Amino acid sequence: MTPLLEVDGLTIGFGKADPVVRDVSFSIRAGETLALVGESGSGKTLTCRSVLRILPEAAQIRSGRIVFAGGDAPVDMLRLREPEMRQIRGDRISMIFQEPMRSLSPLHRLGNQVAEVLRLHRSMSRSEAKRTVLQKFERVGFTEPERIWRSYPFELSGGMRQRAMIAMAMVAKPTLLIADEPTTALDVTTQAQVLGLIKTLQAETGMAVILVTHDLGVVANMAEQVVVMSGGRVMESGSAPEVLGHPEHGYTRKLFAAATMIPEVAAPAREVPHKDLILEMRGVDKTFALRARGWRKPTTVTACKDVNLEVVRGKTIAVVGESGSGKTTCARMALGAVLPDPGGAVLFYSEPGAPPLPVHSMSASQRSAFQRQAQMVFQDPYSSLSPRMRIGAALTEPLEIHGIGSRAEWRDKAAAMLKLVGLNPDMMTRYPHAFSGGQRQRLSIARALTLDPKLLICDEPTSALDVSVQEQILRLLEEIRDRASLSYLFISHDLAVVARIADEVIVMRAGVIVEQAPPETLFYDPRHPYTKALIAAQPEPDIARPIDLELVAKGAGAPSTWPEMFRIDGGVAPALQNVGDGHMVRCHV
Amino acid sequence: MMFLRYAVYRFFTMLLTLLVVSVLVFVIINLPPGDYLSNQIAELRATGQAEGVAKAEFLRAEYALDRPLWEQYLIWVGFAPGPQGFSGLIQGDFGWSFEFDRPVGEIVGDALWLTVLVNLAAVLFVYAVALPLGVLAAAKSETWADYTAGFVGYLGLATPNFLLALILFYYGHKYLDLPIGGLMDPAFEGAPMSWPKVKSILLHMIVPTFVIGTSGAAAMMQRLRANMLDELSKPYVETAKAKGMAPRRLLVKYPLRVAFNPFVADIGNLLPAMVSGSVLVSVVLGLQTIGPYLLTALKSQDQFLAGFVLMFVALLTLIGTMISDMLLVLLDPRIRYGGRPT
Repeated sequence: MTPLLEVDGLTIGFGKADPVVRDVSFSIRAGETLALVGESGSGKTLTCRSVLRILPEAAQIRSGRIVFAGGDAPVDMLRLREPEMRQIRGDRISMIFQEPMRSLSPLHRLGNQVAEVLRLHRSMSRSEAKRTVLQKFERVGFTEPERIWRSYPFELSGGMRQRAMIAMAMVAKPTLLIADEPTTALDVTTQAQVLGLIKTLQAETGMAVILVTHDLGVVANMAEQVVVMSGGRVMESGSAPEVLGHPEHGYTRKLFAAATMIPEVAAPAREVPHKDLILEMRGVDKTFALRARGWRKPTTVTACKDVNLEVVRGKTIAVVGESGSGKTTCARMALGAVLPDPGGAVLFYSEPGAPPLPVHSMSASQRSAFQRQAQMVFQDPYSSLSPRMRIGAALTEPLEIHGIGSRAEWRDKAAAMLKLVGLNPDMMTRYPHAFSGGQRQRLSIARALTLDPKLLICDEPTSALDVSVQEQILRLLEEIRDRASLSYLFISHDLAVVARIADEVIVMRAGVIVEQAPPETLFYDPRHPYTKALIAAQPEPDIARPIDLELVAKGAGAPSTWPEMFRIDGGVAPALQNVGDGHMVRCHV
Repeated sequence: MMFLRYAVYRFFTMLLTLLVVSVLVFVIINLPPGDYLSNQIAELRATGQAEGVAKAEFLRAEYALDRPLWEQYLIWVGFAPGPQGFSGLIQGDFGWSFEFDRPVGEIVGDALWLTVLVNLAAVLFVYAVALPLGVLAAAKSETWADYTAGFVGYLGLATPNFLLALILFYYGHKYLDLPIGGLMDPAFEGAPMSWPKVKSILLHMIVPTFVIGTSGAAAMMQRLRANMLDELSKPYVETAKAKGMAPRRLLVKYPLRVAFNPFVADIGNLLPAMVSGSVLVSVVLGLQTIGPYLLTALKSQDQFLAGFVLMFVALLTLIGTMISDMLLVLLDPRIRYGGRPT
């Protein structure tokens, strides 16, 4: 059987520089799923985009052939003229992109954008096109297709937008779908559902899928063929069971070692009594008022409700939840950056046995002292360092603000900090753009540590990084915690990341804590349907353990659809119950 | 429905702003010591012309210039009764020009609508030139088309308007037989509207429109180009390309549509910039707009004339911003539905 698409000796470069994709070859048969796996900079995205020739203007395809046999006769995509290319784009071969937030025009209704594909490629009447699109909307899981037809993208959540993108890519019934990191920007439960959707649609229509991803777990759940890329070259390729079961190449094995997984736990943890707290949140609520428009009353949104949280000195407490769960608001309140509603208390204990310091009603000198002891590491290392400030200046700025030590001491401290995070002190005169993502995150950690804080609040410190770099940053954070006896409040959407670093895990959903336990207990005996969904949705790099979509669907829906025992309806939530050994679950007894 | 409510709301805020502007205008005009009449009285006394003094004193009382400033303001706007009862801006009485010794309304009458006409033509010219050139420059960025458009644009920005006016007059007259100066043939001045008069006005407007609009068009074109370039690198453009859209249609439907917002929002800024920017041009070209009157009035502290012209410019500005705000609401669903519950 001839392959549907055959890429042969593809080489792509920019300007006069060395090629960034070198001699890449692979092929995919009709109906098959092929995964292109690699980290950022591996050339996987350029490779998949060259199929439809949607490349940055400066990129040149230097050699190779891409033969597509989905039409009447096989054609070389690289030699097609532009008008012929346009007939294939969106019709025979379609594409989904990484960022559903930005991949749809903000000013056109979804119906218009999706139906456009039919207007371009089919001679269909307006009403016929609309009927086809509405059917597709229903197929991708929209319950009110008419409403989606009239909606603008900004009115939908990320997962919904990606569904709309899929509907757009599928509406002309392509024979090949290219999905470029389609779920990377989504929450893990949404990711599971979107992957499930692509699989079902594929089974129905018999299209082939090229899936570009950095996540071996996604590969294991989706692919039949795997191509592993690094530095623009193919490292290893073969069938999924072969590559995932017995990785031959060193790079593939490295990827495996770095992949975060939820550990299998044989027995629950025993509760260790400890009362030496560094930070405590007691019954904290936070509601935001949306801006009033015209004469209407402002509406309020509850970001957090009745949050109780204790950070034990020298330990790590992790808050896990999807976007909109209130986890970041919690972190900001802990730092004093956001004022909680009256009634709750956020208390900081600088020394064991010291009197509690209310974070939100401190004097100026208390605040300055608190800021020295509590610091934050941000999510995006690309935007959290000023591009116009040298590294040395960025690192010494905290000392300067607090007026600690002399200029010479600042320099020594900055050098020591760089060494601590595994960077070379010579780098002090450089600007942030000269560093990779992982190095930048090391820099932000170094900056947070300059003041010798006692409490570090980490807001998704690894989610913008590649898997292998993510692993290094986690290891660094662990080392520093043990060496400097730090306490962490660790915010994440990824249970697997949290599994390795946390001493206590809090799962949040819709502004409330739904379950809380040490990680061993949580993974051994998750009680809440949402926690179960989170665990089930985590893609494992093992084809023998696919995602259980049913379990995900049960817990990932709206809190009002949870089983009776856990249901939160109309703002009325059951209380947190202690089900033994410090394992708390929000449920009716 | 929502749009209508917004329009009403926007209209009331405009009136409120206009009120604040009127206070500012009045205060600023009265900041320099003295007024036109007291200056004149002093001068007449010095030269011993008693009957002139009497007339000036009469006018001072007639126009309430002998009262406290706040009362003068209320009378000027028409909130309080003056010597002739309620007779201020809102009643349609714009006051007396001491410099020209005629009612303000009579002086500016023709100039008002000619000002609106000239500036409206200039705004249309700005948009008609900037839209195609800006899109072209962005679509063909860093090619000869872009560079040429940019060069011509900067040339337009850098050349002083009055110089451009003189050059154009000279060559326009020499080669194209365009009329020099004024906004109509002197024969039609004061004559009732007729077809030949309209034709004469249109012919006279070619050069002024071009002169007043060039720099605005150049700036607008560069802004549109920059906005378009930003939009062209957005992922939704790739999505549209992956659908199989042809480049030209794609450009117009997606990036241009988004880049259009700042373009529309500029209407509000454009109007006042043109009116105040065209004062010098009007003087040089001898256009019968209100620009030259404003200049004379400010120089001689002719307060009612200056106040009226400034209020008129402010009104144009406010109407411009109101129009652009309302167009934005119509154009951008994010503004329209920002508060719609999902």
